[in-house]
This record gives sequence, structure tokens and C-alpha cells, in this order.
Amino acid sequence: MNSVNDSSVEINDVSQNASSSPILVVKHLKKSFGDLHVLKDISFELNAGEVLSIIGPSGSGKSTLLRCLTQLETFEAGNVRVDGKDMVLLGVGECSSGPVKYAPANILREIRLSTGLVFQNFNLFPHLTVLQNLTLAPIRVLGENRDEAREHARSLLKQMGLEGKEKSYPCELSGGQQQRVSIARALALKPKILFFDEPTSALDPELTGEVLKIIKNLAEERMTMVIVTHEMAFARDVANKVLFMDQGIVVEQGTPDFVFNQSQNKRLAVFLDRFSKI
Amino acid sequence: MSDLSNLLPILWGGFCTTLAIFGLTLLFSIPLGLLIAVLKMSRYRVVRYPVSFYISVMRGTPLLLQIVAIYFGSYYLSEYTGVEFSFDRFPAVIVAFSINYAAYFAEIFRGGIQSIPRGQYEAAYMLGLTRAQTFYRIILPQVVKRVVPASANEVITLVKDTSLAQVIAVTELFALAKKQQAAYASIYPLFVAGIFYYIANLLLSILFAYVERKLNYYK
Repeated sequence: MNSVNDSSVEINDVSQNASSSPILVVKHLKKSFGDLHVLKDISFELNAGEVLSIIGPSGSGKSTLLRCLTQLETFEAGNVRVDGKDMVLLGVGECSSGPVKYAPANILREIRLSTGLVFQNFNLFPHLTVLQNLTLAPIRVLGENRDEAREHARSLLKQMGLEGKEKSYPCELSGGQQQRVSIARALALKPKILFFDEPTSALDPELTGEVLKIIKNLAEERMTMVIVTHEMAFARDVANKVLFMDQGIVVEQGTPDFVFNQSQNKRLAVFLDRFSKI
Repeated sequence: MSDLSNLLPILWGGFCTTLAIFGLTLLFSIPLGLLIAVLKMSRYRVVRYPVSFYISVMRGTPLLLQIVAIYFGSYYLSEYTGVEFSFDRFPAVIVAFSINYAAYFAEIFRGGIQSIPRGQYEAAYMLGLTRAQTFYRIILPQVVKRVVPASANEVITLVKDTSLAQVIAVTELFALAKKQQAAYASIYPLFVAGIFYYIANLLLSILFAYVERKLNYYK
């Protein structure tokens, strides 16, 4: 691609941003554990109603990225903007380059409440029933009244194909059912973006399908989602955009068709080749 | 048999004192133990180290000695400083038992709290629960289930440990039984006292088995 084309693409991007500003903006994100640079310079954007799949080998920083975006980890440089709210206090210019200063706690909390996270190993509350797992935060955090929280929870369970399970405890459910409960629990707070950290990795192979189907349904309903996954076929089918990470950098990003079929990137080719052999 | 009808009311009176020591000790030592457990997990060394020292002294010296130290120590302290402050016998026993058992409970509770997976905190955090809500609604209920068996052990030991209160002449069950032993010139009253302790602990065991069953509604 020549330089003229490059700049025209950029101009095009800017005009697009002006018309529909993305709901998630990640700029120059850097994170290290001691001397280990886990995230080296991550930038991407996601529009509302779109699905982003993040793929890459183990240790590439996918999960750490997700944990930074959901505030379970802190990052050292860069910025994350969710629905117009910045996680860091910005100095001069668009993004800070040095050690970041995080926004005040109330802003971070607002951002956190507008993002939901589905964990690899569910992390349901074992001492609470399915319904209590779903209604706890809406009642205690959002201040919804009990009846409306329960009604919403029941409709979510119906959507997840879990009717009649509301009085069960998590230990009485299969892994796939537990993961569907945890998706419902995250949805109960009506998040603007839903993050998934390898949602099917802890499941028996025959149970992954039911969880992937739920996520596909959510995509059809235009739920904004960021999904870290090792399910390549799923990553391709469900996403509007795919991000391939390796060794802490975004090696390639684009439409599923571009990343899976057209990209000439060597590292991506090696990675995808490994998967097709399995 | 007429011996027994004389003996039982006397021992019953002592048993009531025993129960009072038992009940008050639990009342104070369990919340105190929880507080100490939380302090022992503090990020700050200035908090953690003194608490560790306190626990090691409480567990490393005889309770008998601690009772004596609290009772006579407070007496000498008020003599020395001139401040009017010393424990009567019964309150001294309650203080000694409470701070001693709190140390044991603290270690049990700490183990329970630390056994809760990190994912539970992370899930609560993502749902926007405050730290207090996370502790009281998510962590503590799960800790209770995990610490019941170990706590049952402590509670049952406490029933028998109350007999140490006689060292500063608190007239609990065992002290009175010993007095009767001298009066009767027979160890028979001690056996009867033993039956009191045994029945109390039998009832407690049944209670704890019931509680464990009740808490078994989830894994």
C-alpha cells in the first residue's frame, strides 16, 4: 500500500469517527509485570453493536488486555475510553504516554458498571441461588426494587434457556448452564459492553455449543461484545472485527474475512496453521 | 442416692457459672477473632506484626497462666500506677478466655477467608459491589460454612477449659466438685461433674452436626 492511499484511509476513518464515535477506544495501552512487558502498545476501537474477537497464542496478552479493560488489572500507559468516559486523567493531547493517572474512583465505578465480564470459570456465588446471583447487584448496587429485579432476572433466564432453574444452586448445574447463568448475571446490570474471557475453555467439548449459541444470539441482538477465545470458527462467524495478538502486540486486525483469509502476515499464518492441524 | 440429691443442686450452681463463662467467652471471642483475622491479613506491617505477636503469645503460653496474669497483673498494675483499675475474679476470667480464644478463632477464620477463591472477589468487583458488601454478602457466608468444623473443635474444648477458672477461685463446676470430693472423701462428685461436661458437649456435637447439615445446601 502506498503512502497516498494510507493517508486517505486515515482521513476516511476520522470522518467516520465524527459521525459515529466508537463505544470502546483503546489507545497505546502498555502493561508489564516487573520486567515482562505483557502489553506493548495496544490500540483499537469498537463501535456500538459490534463484536470483536481477540485471538492469539497462550501468553500473548489477550486475557491481560481484557483484565485491563475491565479494571481487574491496572495499566501503566495509554488510555481506555468506554462510552465517552476516560479511565485515565488526560494531560495535553489525546493520550498520556508516561505513567497513567487514573480517573477518580466514581468515574471508574461508572465505567465498571457499564462493562460486564464473563469469566472463564464462571465465578458464580455458590451460596446463592441462580435467581439471587442475578438479582444481588441490581438490588444492592443499582437500587432496583426486588420485584422488578426478579422479573428482569427471570426474563434473562428465559433468554438463556434456563427456565425453571431459578431456585437451583450453581453446584446443581452443568458447566454450560453455569456459564449461561454467569452471562445472565452480567447482563442483569444492563452493561453497554460485555467482555468474555475464554468463556468455553473450562467446559466439556459437548457443552461449548450451548454457550456459543447464546453469545451468537446476543450478537444478533446487537450487543456490543469483546470475546477472547480459542474457538477459531466461532471467532470468525460471530465477529465484525478480529484482533490477532502475539507477544503483547496487535499483529493484525480487521474484518474476519481479512484476518482469516486475506492477511499475508507470517505469524498469523503460523498460528492459524497450528489450529487447522488440530 | 440421697447423696446425689444433695450433690446435684450444688453442682448445678457451678454448672451455671461454667455456662456463663462459656457463653460470654464465645460472645466476645468470635467477633474479636474475626477482627484479628482481618488485621492479620492487613497490607501494613505495623498492623500485621503486633497481631502476629499477640496470636503467638496467646497460643504459646498456658491459658492457666494468662488467667493468673490478667487477674493479678491488673491488680499490681493499679497498685503501681495508682490508677483505680483491677478486675474482679469473674470479669478477669472472661477477659482471659476471650482474648485467648479470639487468637485461636482468628487463625481459623483467616484460613477460611484465605481459602475463598480470588474469582469471587473479582466477580463481586465487576458487579459493582462495595468492599463491605463483598465481605458481608459474598465472602463471610462462604467462610462460615468452611470454618464450622474447626470452630466446633474449639467450642467443645472451651467447655472443658472453663474448669481452669478455678485457679483464681471462681466457683465453677469443677471447683465445686473438688470441694464436694473433700467433703465426701470420695471422687464420686468428680464423676458426676464429668457427666455434666459430657452431656453439654454431646448436645453441642449434635448442634454442630445439625448446622453442618444445614449448610450443606451448596458445595
